[in-house]
Amino acid sequence: MLRRFRLDEPESVAEVSELLGRFGDSAKVYAGGTELLLAMKEGLVHYERLINVKKLKGLGEVASDNGTIKIGALCTHHELENSSLIKQSLPALAQLEQNVANVRVRQAGTLGGNLCFAEPHADPGTLLIALGATMVAQKSSSKREIAAEEFFVDAYETSLEADEVLCEIRVPTPGPNGRSAYLKFGYLERPSVGVAVAFNLINGNLSDIRIAVGCAGPAPKRVAQAEALLSGKSKDEAARNLAQAGALAGRASQAISDLHGAQDYKEHIVGVLLKRAFQAALS
Amino acid sequence: MANGSSRNSDRQTIPVSFTLNGRLQEMDVEPHELLLDVVRDRLGLTGAKRSCDVQVCGACTLLVDGRPVSACTTLAFEVRGSSVMTIEGLADEGKLHPLQQAFIEHGGFQCGFCTPGMLLAAKALLDEIPNPSEEQLKHFMHGNLCRCTGYKKIIESIMAAAKKMRGGRA
Repeated sequence: MLRRFRLDEPESVAEVSELLGRFGDSAKVYAGGTELLLAMKEGLVHYERLINVKKLKGLGEVASDNGTIKIGALCTHHELENSSLIKQSLPALAQLEQNVANVRVRQAGTLGGNLCFAEPHADPGTLLIALGATMVAQKSSSKREIAAEEFFVDAYETSLEADEVLCEIRVPTPGPNGRSAYLKFGYLERPSVGVAVAFNLINGNLSDIRIAVGCAGPAPKRVAQAEALLSGKSKDEAARNLAQAGALAGRASQAISDLHGAQDYKEHIVGVLLKRAFQAALS
Repeated sequence: MANGSSRNSDRQTIPVSFTLNGRLQEMDVEPHELLLDVVRDRLGLTGAKRSCDVQVCGACTLLVDGRPVSACTTLAFEVRGSSVMTIEGLADEGKLHPLQQAFIEHGGFQCGFCTPGMLLAAKALLDEIPNPSEEQLKHFMHGNLCRCTGYKKIIESIMAAAKKMRGGRA
């Protein structure tokens, strides 16, 4: 059962921002609804009005532009798993999207909605941090880019301002030496742990490595200490440091004990997934 | 601001026009009305089932423009301008769809609660991939839960229907 609410259907981002500014906490942006409607049905949250953004033009495309893949916030998981540009340029993202929830959720859910809802057990944020993505946030009169690792603040909390709208996700196009992988593990409907790695492999040496961990704690995090153990190393040296990097990443994940696993269990799984993600990225 | 919506008293209604099992359907819905409630309670089509209510089990699966959606978590106004198929629209004037026939012939159901959703999800699968591998089938169907069959018979049923729909070709 959903409680009654009003629906606004503005036609521009500026209008959305204006409505958010005017109605504050009593209004919420509605896109795919896959997370929001569940929380509303459960009575965990209630909004007097939902602002349907699905009629906004130009936020549903994927494009390659001067070394950047631009993903409109309204792209659904289904569209992204099937996008030839994503499959070709960001295969780890295509694979991640293919494994989000189930076919019905992928059909309705949008990448932007997933990121903005900031459910701790979501997959995309973790990989986007590793890929060095930025989020384009817009309001009536201004626009800014937020680094993915600055975007997630806490469970269900992002650094978006109250009247800001996430419009686009920008991912630097990996070069020919770019490697990346995202792996997750869980035994419930949502993952217990997700780990992403991205790096360049040049003459057998790793550079520009980025590691991110998600699902285990309240928000996905970049793990710089683990990166430092692998960056600039040869493949073999990096492989020898993986166990130590995994242990660091586990501790940095801020894992919490809950239904999805105990803290030490999740920390261990982070290490296992880091090794496997590293191997997957190399293969 | 909402196009064509009216706000008499404190109730907002949205006129929606869509195709339901091939027939034009026009009605007013409130923003908070769920597609599953509209289809079951207002239109009397009770094939789609409410079960988990959180988009996990697939018992409420309907096809909107050929794609499977969870009617339990879809706002009814979203189907405006779309084509909606419920299980009641799968058979063609009394003639069972090959999937329905295959589920009967291969024992693809026991209690039948998941079956409407199973059949519609399988239809979407075969419309997208007429000749699926077992792996593709399992990946597509893993969001439809069955507590009776153990899935083996369902997989056999869908594979048999797929073959029949391709005209018996491998």
